[in-house]
Amino acid sequence: MIPALRRYARALARDADIADDLVQDTLVRALRSERLFLGGDVRSWLYTILTNLNKNRRRSLARRPQFMPLLENNPDASGTEAEGRDIARALATLVEEQRAVLLLVMLEGLSYREVADIQGVPIGTVMSRLARARAHVKAALEGERPALRRVK
Amino acid sequence: MTDPKIPVTEDELHAYVDNELPAERRGDVEAWLAAHPDEAERVQSWRAMAEALHARYDQVANEPVPKRLELERLVQPSRRWVYGTIAATVLAFIAGGGTGWLAHGAAATPSTFQSFTEDALDAHRLYVVEVRHPVEVPGNERAHLQAWLTKRCGWDVFAPELTSTGLKLVGGRLLPGPTGPASFLMYESASGERFTVYTAKASAETTQMRYTTQDKNGAKEGALFWTDRGVGYVVSGSSDRERLSQVARLVYDQTEKKGG
Repeated sequence: MIPALRRYARALARDADIADDLVQDTLVRALRSERLFLGGDVRSWLYTILTNLNKNRRRSLARRPQFMPLLENNPDASGTEAEGRDIARALATLVEEQRAVLLLVMLEGLSYREVADIQGVPIGTVMSRLARARAHVKAALEGERPALRRVK
Repeated sequence: MTDPKIPVTEDELHAYVDNELPAERRGDVEAWLAAHPDEAERVQSWRAMAEALHARYDQVANEPVPKRLELERLVQPSRRWVYGTIAATVLAFIAGGGTGWLAHGAAATPSTFQSFTEDALDAHRLYVVEVRHPVEVPGNERAHLQAWLTKRCGWDVFAPELTSTGLKLVGGRLLPGPTGPASFLMYESASGERFTVYTAKASAETTQMRYTTQDKNGAKEGALFWTDRGVGYVVSGSSDRERLSQVARLVYDQTEKKGG
């Protein structure tokens, strides 16, 4: 489960150290939680904690100026570096809730129902967030790719 | 069913790509897409997007987990508490129960065999080192253990008799499996050698036994996997294949007879 959480956190937070901080906090919280579920779904629960922690983190950052890296600091996707940067950049342009929905569904393979529970919203909201996120990322990728190719 | 004129909604297109669409509607959507190339192109772009996400981020899951995220470190301060019953289940899940999930939705979905045996071996490794709380229900309450696990899992959980191989039932526990509950039984020999029998719902049928070994932290473990009537079995323990097969064969014969 830890590798999957790290993958989600990395895509969500973009920064490798922040992502692992999130995972660490999630695990510590899960292991110490008093509210330990009885027969519930641990996977969803862990994603819920991580998603909420990230939301809190961003909230506390909101008043400070934000630094966006000009280049992904980890351009190591085998053979598809430019594409990897493209998708990371496109993700960064999404609002928080949409990014979480997109990643939970498309990267982590969770069901709409699970994502609805994680975000505490109706399924309809998850679906409209997902639709908007997909349209947005598609537009971002299409707008960005030619420019990058030219640079190469 | 294949009338392409039935209107397909935006929501349905997303549900189609995400495998959330009711099976009976898939044909309609596919026919509709065949007649609407622009929409088909859009759907294709979502698939490409998913591939790009996996191509970019799956490598994170393959990196070695940093030291500070190792469970041993995280549970140290509250170890006594953590090894209570429910927390141990969560711990088992974090340690292994979700590994099969990693590649969910990815192009390279691991076989049932892989995800199963990984989950089972993780649970095995986690609990065979436990001296005080290796199980939730002790082996001397065999009838209760079987009834409880059968009730929680939904299939017939049976603790086989392995005394002819020198193994005694230590007990069992309930674990979160790849798609629902899993049962976990532990056996021990007089010399302290431990074997575990893990069962969970399996979609793929394979009567053939499959063998794997894993080498982690210097400890080598072997596992044998097979499925029987929709239930997957993993016997983990010795990396000595002969010994493992001997134990697995006994488990197989008894669960087979029991169910058939």
